[in-house]
Amino acid sequence: MIPHPITRRRLLVAGAATAGAALVTGGSGLFAPARAQGVAPTPTMRGGSNNYRPGAPIVDRIGGGGFWMTGRVRRAGDGAPLQGVRIQIWAHTTEGHERDPHSHGATLTGADGVFRLEMPQIVPAFGQPHGHLAYDGDGEPFQTVFLRPVMPRASDTTLHADFVLQPA
Amino acid sequence: MKPAIRAILIWAVLGGAIAVPMAVAMTSPLLAWRDPIYIGAGVAGVVALALILVQPLLAGGYLPGLPLRRGRHVHRWTGSLLVAAVVAHVAGLWLTSPPDVIDALLFTSPTPFSAWGVVAMWALFAAALLAGLRWPLRIRPRFWRLGHSALVAVVVLGSVAHAMLVEGTMGTASKAVLCVLALMATAKALIDLRAWVLVRRLRS
Repeated sequence: MIPHPITRRRLLVAGAATAGAALVTGGSGLFAPARAQGVAPTPTMRGGSNNYRPGAPIVDRIGGGGFWMTGRVRRAGDGAPLQGVRIQIWAHTTEGHERDPHSHGATLTGADGVFRLEMPQIVPAFGQPHGHLAYDGDGEPFQTVFLRPVMPRASDTTLHADFVLQPA
Repeated sequence: MKPAIRAILIWAVLGGAIAVPMAVAMTSPLLAWRDPIYIGAGVAGVVALALILVQPLLAGGYLPGLPLRRGRHVHRWTGSLLVAAVVAHVAGLWLTSPPDVIDALLFTSPTPFSAWGVVAMWALFAAALLAGLRWPLRIRPRFWRLGHSALVAVVVLGSVAHAMLVEGTMGTASKAVLCVLALMATAKALIDLRAWVLVRRLRS
């Protein structure tokens, strides 16, 4: 049996583990008051509603696909996932401008609140590669939210955006 | 250096500084997914940026064959062209996506470069208006010089920030070179003409 002297590496690993544990416990203490207030609703983003088309149909896929828009919809407060929520998605893609009807499509969230819609590749337009998502609260139980997430790189083939909806 | 060689060099550098980013923009893969109006709006923006480099060179009389007096004459025409290019740029974008342009004009756009572009646009219109009204309204030289110089400084700074922050059809490197040259040319012209001096001493 080889003895285990305290080497520099061993000391660093042990130190990092202790620091990590301290961060985790300290962190949870810090965030406890926020959790008590509940999950905050997602605010509408600037320019999010631009070229929105109310009532865009629910589709299996927008155009030829190849790019995935994903996200999760939850309820403000308790953060419960919301099923059957209609989310409209549109963007300037390889197949059309934002204003084109065929650039738009809607999908419904599953039991876990997750939505996933395949669409053509988003390309930079108006200076940024970005997508648009809408939850239209018209006649619905939650308030309207428009999102406009920006892709970190124009070459990305997925974009993710989460909704936390506020009861109307 | 012989004057002829110097002249050829200066024109060649200017031509290259404009032609290279223009060529990059005209062959951008993004064009495949844009309609003609949107493409035209983008080209108008590139033309405007190129003219922003040309304007101080003409105003300062730096271009061979276009000394101060003749340079200033051409400067007025290219200035009008610059205004037209910016109008075409904004109008084309408006037709492509009205709400995005309205957001930009109202300073509520999510993209930071929009505000820089809009500030530069208004400063450009004001600089051009001042030039157009200079003689009809007999604007005093000290006010004219300071006003036009201050406004075009805003035009150049705003346009450079606007262009550098946009992810568009121009190549980053060629765009940066064009912007740096425009900044240098503007700074040189303003310093040489002593734009901050209130009395006009320069006779051409």
